[in-house]
Amino acid sequence: MAEAHPVGFQWVMEAKRKGATIIHVDPRFTRTSAVADLHLPIRAGSDIAFLGGLVNHVLSNELDFREYVVAYTNAANLIHDGFQDTEDLDGLFSGWDTESASYDPSTWQYRGGEVAPAAGQRDAGQATGGTTDALGDDGDDQDSSENHEAASSESHGSGGAPVSSKGERDETLQDPRCVYQILKRHFARYTPEMVQRVCGIRPEQFAQVAEALTRNSGRERTSAIAYAVGWTHHSTGAQTIRTAAILQTLLGNIGRPGGGILALRGHASIQGSTDIPTLFNILPGYLPMPHAAEHVDLDSYVANDAGATGFWGNMRSYAVSLLKSYWGEAATAENDFCFDYLPRLTGDHSTYTTVKAQIEGRCKGYFVVGENPAVGSANGKMQRLGMANLDWMVVRDLQMIESATFWKDGPEIETGELVTEEIGTEIFFLPAATHVEKSGSFTQTQRMLQWRDKAVSPPGDARSELDFYFELGNRIRAKLAGSADEMDRPLLDLEWDYPVDDHGEIEPEAVLREINGTDVDGAPLSSYTQLTDDGSTSCGCWIYCGVYADGVNQSRRRKPHWEQDQVASEWGWVWPANRRILYNRASAAPDGSPWSERKRYVWWDADQGSWVGSDVPDFIVDRPPDHVPADGATGPDAIGGQDPFIMQTDGKAWLFAPLGVADGPLPAHYEPPESPVHNPLYTQQNNPGRKFIGTPSNPINPSFSEVFPYVFTTYRLTEHHTAGAMSRTLPLLTELQPEAFCEVSPRLAAERGLVHLGWATIATARTAIECRVLVTDRMRSLRLGDQMVEQVGLPYHWGVNGITTGDSPNDLVNVTTDPNVYIQDKVGTCDIRPGRRPRGPALTAYVEDYRERADVDLQHPTDGGTDS
Amino acid sequence: MSLRDSLARSLHAPLDDVSAEAGFAEDHPPRMGFFTDTSVCIGCKACEVACKQWNDVPDDGYALTGMSYDNTEALGSTTWRHVAFIEKPATVTSTDLGLPGMGPPGFEGYESGVPHGEDQSTASGEGGLTWLMSSDVCKHCTHAACLDVCPTGSLFRTEFGTVVVQPDICNGCGYCVPACPYGVIDLDKEDGRAFKCTLCYDRLKDNQTPACAQACPTESIQFGEVSELRERAAGRVAELHEKGVDVARLYGADPEDGVGGDGAFFLLLDEPEVYGLPPDPVVTTRDLGAMWRHVGAAAGLLGALAAAAFAGRGR
Repeated sequence: MAEAHPVGFQWVMEAKRKGATIIHVDPRFTRTSAVADLHLPIRAGSDIAFLGGLVNHVLSNELDFREYVVAYTNAANLIHDGFQDTEDLDGLFSGWDTESASYDPSTWQYRGGEVAPAAGQRDAGQATGGTTDALGDDGDDQDSSENHEAASSESHGSGGAPVSSKGERDETLQDPRCVYQILKRHFARYTPEMVQRVCGIRPEQFAQVAEALTRNSGRERTSAIAYAVGWTHHSTGAQTIRTAAILQTLLGNIGRPGGGILALRGHASIQGSTDIPTLFNILPGYLPMPHAAEHVDLDSYVANDAGATGFWGNMRSYAVSLLKSYWGEAATAENDFCFDYLPRLTGDHSTYTTVKAQIEGRCKGYFVVGENPAVGSANGKMQRLGMANLDWMVVRDLQMIESATFWKDGPEIETGELVTEEIGTEIFFLPAATHVEKSGSFTQTQRMLQWRDKAVSPPGDARSELDFYFELGNRIRAKLAGSADEMDRPLLDLEWDYPVDDHGEIEPEAVLREINGTDVDGAPLSSYTQLTDDGSTSCGCWIYCGVYADGVNQSRRRKPHWEQDQVASEWGWVWPANRRILYNRASAAPDGSPWSERKRYVWWDADQGSWVGSDVPDFIVDRPPDHVPADGATGPDAIGGQDPFIMQTDGKAWLFAPLGVADGPLPAHYEPPESPVHNPLYTQQNNPGRKFIGTPSNPINPSFSEVFPYVFTTYRLTEHHTAGAMSRTLPLLTELQPEAFCEVSPRLAAERGLVHLGWATIATARTAIECRVLVTDRMRSLRLGDQMVEQVGLPYHWGVNGITTGDSPNDLVNVTTDPNVYIQDKVGTCDIRPGRRPRGPALTAYVEDYRERADVDLQHPTDGGTDS
Repeated sequence: MSLRDSLARSLHAPLDDVSAEAGFAEDHPPRMGFFTDTSVCIGCKACEVACKQWNDVPDDGYALTGMSYDNTEALGSTTWRHVAFIEKPATVTSTDLGLPGMGPPGFEGYESGVPHGEDQSTASGEGGLTWLMSSDVCKHCTHAACLDVCPTGSLFRTEFGTVVVQPDICNGCGYCVPACPYGVIDLDKEDGRAFKCTLCYDRLKDNQTPACAQACPTESIQFGEVSELRERAAGRVAELHEKGVDVARLYGADPEDGVGGDGAFFLLLDEPEVYGLPPDPVVTTRDLGAMWRHVGAAAGLLGALAAAAFAGRGR
């Protein structure tokens, strides 16, 4: 965290000063480790085993916060009799279908709850899922292979999959079919000894963490877990976060001050670009993108949720208000509020699938905005081969990035795999304004919007994104003006009448106001509970409703923390409803009183008949703790007085996920797709649900191969920013970390003859790169039982452009993705040798030699040789 | 007081008011400085970048040094703030906890079973590691030899008690370079003039915090009145000692030291040498008075000898 988020880390230092214990778990010893009380070096990609060990410690010693767990989680729920665990099936859950390589989740349901009828609809893509290795299998029709997937699970980002009943519960937690007992059995094998065998963490140090975490959790104390994308960039990424959520929920660390799981996201407003998404499968506010086959009209689109309990029950209001914000007057009840104007999903259109489609000639145009896939995305070769096979590409950036110049200076030009004259892609490079050259909001990891004002105007032709898209819209609409083609109606009917300033630039606050939403008179709304489904309200993102309450830009508030209480609710604005801690009803006991004076946050005041506290209560404010909803209630009416997790359909935190997670209702440790280690936990080596991108430029190293004996992982340095365009182009940052390097332990250096400050070549089946070597004790050799594992650490910031240049470590990363969110696995295996890599075509031959020795067949590139 | 005494005292002894001694009127502002608490430094280098950005200091080349994450190596004409990174094995004693659920012996006073300390010694895998990080800067000495030896008056004491070079007056003679006991000031390789930290004199005049302190996210670099910073620093050391961090010590905070105390001083977690700092810096002009006395005596003796020789010849 100190390494990638030094500014946010000031609060960790503040906590430390006040006596907090800081524990850092990371393959490398970083700046965070330096100031932590304890650093646990861990094998990259083994986080679920480590966290699972902690869950087991909590359960087997009954250290969970029992009152919280019984009342607020689904620990007491009984699960369908047909459910079988990884314990029963050696690493698989019931419902696995080998042919489609996906799970049917019907046996994961609550017993007594009808199997959510509409869930099959919402999750249809998943149930039939499985992007198979099309090229390797039989070279079948590529289009059909991607039709299976629509990543519906992502659309539960703010909700949870629909479960229509609270089901049977055993609040003694003794029934062997209850979630608590299933959990206990499931995690029983995650012992400290197992943690050592999988992660390389010594039992004494594991015990220190277990002791510190459990002692600092409960009624009087809370602990927080912060992670950066090192947890998510794995083929099991979503399940890693699930494991942390299970742990924190068992310890009562959710919905309470000082608790939580804090995702330190990769860029300044990545949270914002998930809320108002740049993702293919969701619309603003985590509304699912409609699916071509299932969502023929608005009714079928909202059907899954219309009868649901909890706040997703109002989804129709959110959807209609969104449609009104897009199409305004044109959207009427008679035309389904222009629902048909929305694009439809036909399958998985995530980034790596799109790249594959580019390589195969099915995707012809590409916008690259504020990204540098040639350096920043996994398997840079795949990215560049895709970009070289387009008709056109628009690159908007601050600098002339590698993704805009690969056609003349990319690594494939050097090797001859691409020839400049033969690349047909027409590339438009458009300069972009920086964050100080435009006003707007950032949404950070606490869901806080903070407005920033423009300091200077952008130079030359540089423009803000907002201005660019506004103008693009204007020009397209001008071209289409007068068209009678139905296809053009969605563009022509758009509400596109934004106010502009003296320079003709669109006013960003007008957009914020539109996102906030307005009533039928055009007055700003103050809460999403005001949204209606009759077309009288308009709202660009329902969870942001209130950011412009009273006609005031609430995100621009900057009242210092020393002028208000510790919740500091007048600094910026936090979605939803300016609520600083989500699910904060859980900060009080079931009877509504605070769990403890020390951790008092939001509680029930019987005299006032209201939930009170410094924060905005995350609950229906006048619903008493003893409220029991009427049978058959739907929407918010179905929320009981002791159901803090109001966005879940059953109001409970899900220790066990009966729906919505593609690779199992519980997390299980699987090895990364490339690993030198046999999975000690199950015969099942890899995540069975992982997704391949089968293409000859994406071969997988066989696991346990002597040719690729080492683990590598990529990461960031404080001195540089992601793919480097914003840092290695600046002298004052470049001088601080001037060259690409790898970090290796003294033991690995001795084993391979690597010299400090010398050169090394790092090889995988994809390609080989070179960089300088830092031999350092900060890279720890790991002992896993009788196996020693060495890890090569690779800061990934370099490319062929900039003040200093270097090979891009992400060229080494294979593309095998998590089945829930389609993120790649940044861990792989490699060989490392002293000296520089071969140049030109000799590099191709060098890598080909590795592939031959490791028995990698480019016709079956993603075998990995490990699965049943 | 003899001339000799007064000369010697002004060059190294404690001095309450450096600005007054430099000739500023009594209503001059208080002496301002830095307290750099390395125990909370996270090595982000924001200070280095902010300093260069504000003061328009150029980069000093793009060479990988192999000195951990330190690639700017030392203070110099183009590095006025410098963050050192020192990797060394730690002497962390790992505690055998026995069974899970039992607190480790000797840590009853702590909330957790993890040895809690702020000495930047971290237990890690088999053995431990220390990765010390420290942001170095010009010390703005009470007795600044660079200033004493400057023949042009380019180096001067400001009303804030800081020491600043005026590049437009500097003639590049370089006397200041060997005069600095810390090796801070340096001549620019291109134009030959001397450069170093100004403690953001321009910002101070506008009542602004120096750029490095402003950018520091963890309050490792604290800016303020030197008298107040010294109190704060003493309190911080006491706090760390109380927590068992015996290695914490102040560097440059003592008015009795060889430079009369620094305007920019440090809290260190190891011997100064580990950070590349001289253990016992002495203002290089400290013995100027004594040297002149010796010169005088020698001249006198030579004169006497000469006189004696002439007297002898007369015989």
